[in-house]
Amino acid sequence: MDLRFGDSKPTDEERAAIDALLGPPETAWEGADDRTDADLRWARGGRVARERRDLLLPGLHAVNDRVGWISEGALGYLCRRLTVPPAEAYGVATFYSLFAVKPRPATVLRVCTDLACAARGSAELCSALAGRGVDWESSPCLGLCERAPAALLVRAGPPAASNHPSPPLPETPQSPEGLYQAPPAIEEARPTGLSGRGGVGNPPPAATAVFAPARPAAVTLTPEAAAPEQNPGAAAPQAGQEDLILLKRIGAVDPESLDDYRAHGGYTALRRAFAIGPTAVIKEITDAGLVGRGGAAFPTGRKWQATAEQPDHPHYLVCNADESEPGTFKDRVLMEGDPYALIESMTIAGYATGAHHGYLYLRGEYPRALARLQHAIDQAHLRGLLGDDVLGQGYAFDIEIRRGAGAYICGEETALFNSIEGYRGEPRSKPPFPVEKGLFGKPTAANNVETLVNVLPILNLGAEAYAAIGTARSTGPKLFCVSGNVHRPGVYELPFGATLRDLLELAGPPERMRAVLLGGAAGGFVRPDELDIPLTFEGTREAGTTLGSGVVLVLDDTVPLPRILLRIAEFFRDESCGQCVPCRVGTVRQEEALHRIADRTGAAAASDIALLREVGAAMRDASICGLGQTAWNAVESAVDRLGAYE
Amino acid sequence: MTSIPLGPPRRLIEFTLDGEPVRTPEGSTVLDACRAAGKDVPTLCEGDTLRPKNACRVCVVEVEGARTLAPACSRRAEPGMEVRTDTERTRHSRKLVLELLASSVDLSTTPRAAEWIEEYGAEPDRFGPDAARLGESPRIDNDLYVRDYDKCILCYKCVDACGDQWQNTFAISVAGRGFDARIAVEHDAPLTDSACVYCGNCIEVCPTGALSFKSEFDMRAAGTWDEERQTETTTVCAYCGVGCNLTLHVQDNEIVKVTSPHDNPVTHGNLCIKGRFGYQHVQNRD
Repeated sequence: MDLRFGDSKPTDEERAAIDALLGPPETAWEGADDRTDADLRWARGGRVARERRDLLLPGLHAVNDRVGWISEGALGYLCRRLTVPPAEAYGVATFYSLFAVKPRPATVLRVCTDLACAARGSAELCSALAGRGVDWESSPCLGLCERAPAALLVRAGPPAASNHPSPPLPETPQSPEGLYQAPPAIEEARPTGLSGRGGVGNPPPAATAVFAPARPAAVTLTPEAAAPEQNPGAAAPQAGQEDLILLKRIGAVDPESLDDYRAHGGYTALRRAFAIGPTAVIKEITDAGLVGRGGAAFPTGRKWQATAEQPDHPHYLVCNADESEPGTFKDRVLMEGDPYALIESMTIAGYATGAHHGYLYLRGEYPRALARLQHAIDQAHLRGLLGDDVLGQGYAFDIEIRRGAGAYICGEETALFNSIEGYRGEPRSKPPFPVEKGLFGKPTAANNVETLVNVLPILNLGAEAYAAIGTARSTGPKLFCVSGNVHRPGVYELPFGATLRDLLELAGPPERMRAVLLGGAAGGFVRPDELDIPLTFEGTREAGTTLGSGVVLVLDDTVPLPRILLRIAEFFRDESCGQCVPCRVGTVRQEEALHRIADRTGAAAASDIALLREVGAAMRDASICGLGQTAWNAVESAVDRLGAYE
Repeated sequence: MTSIPLGPPRRLIEFTLDGEPVRTPEGSTVLDACRAAGKDVPTLCEGDTLRPKNACRVCVVEVEGARTLAPACSRRAEPGMEVRTDTERTRHSRKLVLELLASSVDLSTTPRAAEWIEEYGAEPDRFGPDAARLGESPRIDNDLYVRDYDKCILCYKCVDACGDQWQNTFAISVAGRGFDARIAVEHDAPLTDSACVYCGNCIEVCPTGALSFKSEFDMRAAGTWDEERQTETTTVCAYCGVGCNLTLHVQDNEIVKVTSPHDNPVTHGNLCIKGRFGYQHVQNRD
C-alpha cells in the first residue's frame, strides 16, 4: 500500500483536534513538522497500521466538532495519522449526514421534519424560522418525539474549558398545547457549561442545545441562550408509579450519581451474576424468555449462548444505541434518566458472553445521553465497577462509546460493525452471523439498549418471576414510545399483552383518530377500529402488523395521510446506503410514485399503486438488509388497511 | 476465480436445484452449481476474479425456508438445501432489478443487458419520463481512460480491484449515500490528482463499459467502434520478466484496447500501466 495523501495542510485547529484524539504525531511520516534522522528508520505498516482504522470515525468527529466541517487538509492529515487511504476516508466522511466536506457555518440548526414532529407542527416551525431569517437544515427524527416539534442546535468549537456543569437551572416543562402537565421534574444541570466562553479572537466553545418543544420565538442560534432541556423523567408520564420495572428509576434517581443508583437497587444484578457464574446467567436469560427489543425479537439467551461458545477470541459485546427509527425515543430516555443501568447490564452481558470489551454505539444526535453515559462510565471506573477487576471478581471489562454520525442504516447490526471499524456503514451479507463473525470479524453479541436493561430485572427477580410477566410467548415488560396527536406523549411501560387500547387510554387518544403507526417507518398502520390488537410480538404478527421497536405514533385527521406517506418514502430514500439496487433505486421510484399520486385517488392512482406494489415486492424479496426489505411496509399498510388513495 | 486445482479433493455436497439433485464441491456457491448444471443465471456485479459483493441482486434465487431471496453469487451451497432459480418471485425480482437499473443508468454498453431485459419482460419506461437518472457526464481527465459514470451500476468491482483484492492502490471508493452514491477519488478530484497508477485493472472488471479506454471511448463517439471487425491476439508483455499475458484488440490494424486473460494463473487478468496502455511503440510506423 503506497498511499498518497495530497498536498493540502491541516489548519492548526484541525491538527489540534486530531492530536487531541490520537496524541502528537510520532514522526514526520505521520505529519510532524520536523524530520529527524530517526525517521529514516521508522516504519509502521501491516497489522499495526490496520488496527488503528477504527479511529477514523472518532477522528472525523473530532474535526467536525471542532471546525464544523472536514477540509481536504484535515482529512489528509487524519489519513496520514491512521494510514488510511484518503479515497476511503472520503467515502466514509460523505456517508454520514452529520459530516460536511464543504465549508459551512460552525453553528447548525437541525429541525426535525419527521413523522411525530410533522404531526405536531414542524411545518409551521420551519416556515416561521424561514420568516425570521434563521438558517436551518431539516433532519430525520431526532428522537425527541414526546416533545415535538424538536430542533437540535450544534455549534462546533474548541472543547469547553471546564467540564463542571453550570449551576442548576429551573426547569420549565411545557406541553405544546398545554394539554398535560409534566410530573414535577428534578432540577438538573445542562450538559455543557456556560463557563469557558471564548474571549476576543477565540471561537466560542463547542456546545449543543435542544429545543423541544421548539417554539419559533424561543429558537436561537446561541446554545447558551437556549432554555434548559427538561428532565428525562418528564418523558415518562408514569414516572413515580410503584409497579414500574424498567422505568422505575427514571425521574427518581439522579442520573449523575452512582450512589443514588446503588441506593435504588443498582448493581445487585451484577453481584448476583458473579455469584451464579456466566453459564447460569445465560440460563436465566433463556428461561426468562427475553427476546430482542430492537425490532427483530431474536431470543437473547440463544444469542449469548452462541457467542459464549465460540472458540475464536476475543469476543465483543456491542450495545446498539443507534436509535433512529422515526418515533423511537425509549432508549434515549433510559440512557439519559438511568445511565448506570445500561452500564451494569452491559457488564453482565460481557461477563456472560466472555467479552472484555464492550462498544456502546450511540446515536450522534443524542448529546445529553452521550454526556450522561460518559460520566457514568468514568464514575464506574473510579469505583472499580469497570476496569481490570470488576467488583474484585477478577473479571476485566471496559466500555467504549462510539458516536454515530447520522445514518439510520447503522442501526442494522452489521452496518454498525462496519461503522465502528471505520468503514462505510453498509450492511454485510449474512451468513456469517455476528455471533460467529461480527465486530472485527470476531464473535459478537449485539443487543439493543432496552433488551440489555431487561437483564437487570431478570437477575433481580429471577427468571421465573420475570417470565410470569406478560404473555407466554412475549415475556416481561415492554416500553412503548407514544407520540403524535395524543394528550400525554412519552415512554410507557406495560407488560406484554396489554392492548393498544389500554396504552392509548393512558396517553389520552385524540377525539378523531385517523390511524396508528406501529413500529415506526419500517412498521405498519392500523385503523382506529383495531385497537384491541394485543401488543405482543405474536399478537401484532397475527394481526398482520409489527411491534417493531415499540413506536406507537397516533395520527388524527388533521395531517393528510399522503403527506405522511411521502415523508416515510423520503426517509427511506435518504437513508438507503446505496449498496443494493432494489433499495437504492427502488426507494427513489417509490417516492416518485407517491409524489405523483399525492393528490389523486381511485382510478387515477390505481396504476401507480400497482407499480408501488411491484417495486415493494422486489425491495422486500431482494434487498440485502432490513432497511430495503421494510421500506414499503408502511405504505403498503396505508393502502391496504387504511384505504389511502381510495 | 479460475485456479489450478492443487489442493486436496473437495468433498461433494448434494442439494436440490430446481427439483433435480445436484452435487457440487463443498464451499462452492449456488451460482457455481447453477453454471455447472447449465443454467443461465444473469449476473452483473459478480466477477470471475473477485469476491462477490452481491450488490446488484440480479442473480437472486429462492431458497426453501428463507424469508427473502438469496443472491446465488455469494450464497454457499449447503447439503440438503432446496433452491429454485425460476419461480414467480425470482423472475419478478430480476425483472424489477433490470427495470430499476435500466431506468436510471445507461446500459447501452452492458453486455447481455438488452437480452435479459427482453427475457424477463422488463419495461424500464414504465416509471415515466420524469424518473430520476444518474445524470452524469463522462469524465475525461487523462489520456488513458474515461470514467463515464452515467453507465455505472455501482457494482463495487472497480473499488475491489483497486483496493485490497488486487491492486492495493486504494485510489477510489464509493462516496455519498443511497441514490447519490458514486465512485470517486478523494474530494471527487480528477484522476490526475489521485493515487491512481493507471493500471487499468478497474477497466478490466467493469461490467458496463462505464470505464473504458480513451481509444474505445473516442471511437464509440465517432461511431467507428466495431467489434465485428476486431481481432484478439493474446501475447506476452515484453516490458519485464513477469510474463503477463496481453490480449491485443485490433481494429483496422490499430491496437484499440488491451485486456488480459482472467484465467492466467499468475495475474488473473491484472496488468500494470505499461502492459495495459504502453502499446504505442508497436504501431509507430515512422
